[in-house]
Amino acid sequence: MTDSTAPINTRRDPHALADALPLAAQLRDGLRRGVVFLLLAALVLIFSVLQPAFLTLANAMSILQAVAVVAIIGTGVTVTLAVGGFDLSVGAVAASSVMAASYAMIVLDLGAFATVALVLAFGIVVGLFNALLIVRLKVPDLLATLSTMFLLTGLQLIPTAGRSISAGLILPDGSKATGKVDPLFLAIGRSSLFETLPLPVLLMILVAIVLFVLTERTRFGRLLFATGGNETATRLAGAPVERLRGFAYVLSASLAALGGIIVAARIGRGDVSSGASLLMDSVAASLIGFAVRGLRRPNVGGTIVGAVFVGVLLNGLTMLNAPYYTQDFIKGAVLVSALALTYGINRKMR
Amino acid sequence: MLLSIEGLSRAFGSTQALDAASLSINRGEVVALMGANGAGKSTLVKILAGLIEADAGSIYFDGRPYHAKSPAEAAARGIVTVHQSTDVIGIPGMTVADALLLDQFADGRQPFFLSHRSLRRRAAAILSDVGFDLPLDRDFSELGTADRQLVAIARALSNQAKLLILDEPTASLSAREAERFYQMVRGLKARGIAVLYISHRTADLQALADRVVVLRGGRVVAQQARPIDLVKAIETMIGRPLSLVHPQRRTVPGRPVLHLSGVRIFNDTPAFDLTLREGEVVALTGVLGAGKSRLLSLLFGLGRFASGRAVLDGAAYAPSGPAEAIARGVVLAGEDRHRASFIPAGWPGESIASTISLPYLRRWHPHGILRERREQAAATDAIARLGIKATGPAASVWSLSGGNQQKVVLARWDAEPSRLLMLDEPFQGVDVGARQDIIAALRSRTDRATLLATSDPEEALEVADRVIVIDRHRLLEQTPPDRRTNSTLIGARHEELA
Repeated sequence: MTDSTAPINTRRDPHALADALPLAAQLRDGLRRGVVFLLLAALVLIFSVLQPAFLTLANAMSILQAVAVVAIIGTGVTVTLAVGGFDLSVGAVAASSVMAASYAMIVLDLGAFATVALVLAFGIVVGLFNALLIVRLKVPDLLATLSTMFLLTGLQLIPTAGRSISAGLILPDGSKATGKVDPLFLAIGRSSLFETLPLPVLLMILVAIVLFVLTERTRFGRLLFATGGNETATRLAGAPVERLRGFAYVLSASLAALGGIIVAARIGRGDVSSGASLLMDSVAASLIGFAVRGLRRPNVGGTIVGAVFVGVLLNGLTMLNAPYYTQDFIKGAVLVSALALTYGINRKMR
Repeated sequence: MLLSIEGLSRAFGSTQALDAASLSINRGEVVALMGANGAGKSTLVKILAGLIEADAGSIYFDGRPYHAKSPAEAAARGIVTVHQSTDVIGIPGMTVADALLLDQFADGRQPFFLSHRSLRRRAAAILSDVGFDLPLDRDFSELGTADRQLVAIARALSNQAKLLILDEPTASLSAREAERFYQMVRGLKARGIAVLYISHRTADLQALADRVVVLRGGRVVAQQARPIDLVKAIETMIGRPLSLVHPQRRTVPGRPVLHLSGVRIFNDTPAFDLTLREGEVVALTGVLGAGKSRLLSLLFGLGRFASGRAVLDGAAYAPSGPAEAIARGVVLAGEDRHRASFIPAGWPGESIASTISLPYLRRWHPHGILRERREQAAATDAIARLGIKATGPAASVWSLSGGNQQKVVLARWDAEPSRLLMLDEPFQGVDVGARQDIIAALRSRTDRATLLATSDPEEALEVADRVIVIDRHRLLEQTPPDRRTNSTLIGARHEELA
């Protein structure tokens, strides 16, 4: 099955490709696939030379801890991109999950397990709501999730009359909240396995592995991508495309809720502005992921690499005393370069 | 001599698409370009249209060297291409008048400020100049394919086109629309405009061509002036004698597979009966909009019959959707394979293997984890059995020619046993050679019934044991098998209905 003479598909058959293409084209193709990894290696090298404290296990973990939430939410966005949609509400879901988690513990006085269950259930409900808008009412993806984003951004302010939630919160009716944050809950964001591997990083790795296998190695993932690639053809092949699309939104909202839980556990209170940059960052990670391995499509592995890439860059620059206000500009520059590289290099190959 | 091409070559990677092809066209001449898929027709057209450049060779047009780098440049010199796909001509939501003037908006020939009256006047002038009659104030999206083509041609002529390239213009026209189209082309010819005509339809060539040029393997292998010996031209084109390719008549109708009784497609359309048997190939033919596709999609579970009863293998059959239809063994290869069957290029699932496996993911990968070997085996088998020209199971369907793409679609529905295979316009953009392979494959199966829809009556006769004419959502006539060879009868009947 691999004895082909001039393969066209570059993904499955790299060895045969090597025989068919001239060296220059091979190099260019290799560059396109490996460009993100090459740049990542270059960054690590440069930062290590300039700042010896960069290349330590502790710093590596701190980078991963910083990107864990963005990576988790980004994988959810990636799945919605795979079905041909786009979930703009993930940032708002994460932010309102932070508020919901704090509210559950401080106002409702719930324990860690009940809080986590409640917030995840909240994520699922929001996902179902998005699915209802998009699949049943046929509202275009971007508009539906944009509306949901508005709705949640406002909704999270209502129970506390716009205040952040911390122990001793004064409720709108004048009484004082009696609960406190469960230490077990805080452990989700603050504890480390064997004193080295932070729990959020572990969660990120688990989510990455599960979603990578689900999207790239299962028939279910094949159907998700098939739906996003050609919904008509997939429906005519007998697949339940509506359910597949609905699933993608439920999954992405649930992952956003998980991201919110981690943020809440790390900061230990319900901060009104806590989810501000999560949407942009997770979408950027998904899009940078297009460039990874030159796939030019949403992919979970790429999203994780994309998030880590941005994390490494920001961490290194911060160590070199780059001012914090340049961070968004740097993320934007990475995103633009990644997309330009993905689509610009060697476009005529196809 | 209007156009003269000498030794034109162009390679794509290791494939030599055009290999020193030479060709000339006079003013007022209609030249038909024939060739199997991959013979180099589209490469030649693309070079003339300014979409790609030649590696070697020279082109002279209207007495000067011709070297267009863009379609706009080609149009400025007087070569205009009307492509098969007509939705790129105008914009839904804009009027026909707007569509006629679209390129004038773009190149600044229209003033910056526009008035409805002046637009309409200019558009009407373009139409009266070429003698077409089109509704100027209608929305472009309401026009049928035939009228859209007229818009494209009128626009080309208003730009002083000297050579018109028509790429399969009649592929989706009914017989009557096609006749009107022929008359239009004859009118162009009378005005001294040269036409380079690409078509898989033999009727077109007979009606129009002054000269036939046959391409094979990127070379011009034969030329014929009128009178044209089509059989010989087709034989040169496919590189084998035609006597081998006509299907043998069979008399083996087996057990009934599907029986429809008193079925109505819509509430206000007449009821009809239909029985399909094992081992028989039935062709459904009729003009566009007669209800062919509608009948097939209802049988596939995309909607319900207004009334009536369907029985499949002795049990009531009323599928709730494609999933149930497929589970019961009723499958459909939809019209327009790009839209109905393929995953886009660069996306997971574009390979031949995964195109074939898409409906069978649950069956072939029972534990959820993809076992590529199962689908690769199916694809390897299909490539060998149907003679698909591809580099392997992992090759993208987008790297294949139209005929080979259609073979992949057929391979998908051949990969698991089925009771009724339905194909909607399966020979669109499929060359004669591949068409014969597909017909042979369809006719070789005795374990299922085959129902195919085509708007070309000749094609129907070529493939089927039985031809059924459908008109305004009712079945009109079931042609007995002994009239298979009598194409004029069917043709006449078809005309009359249209």
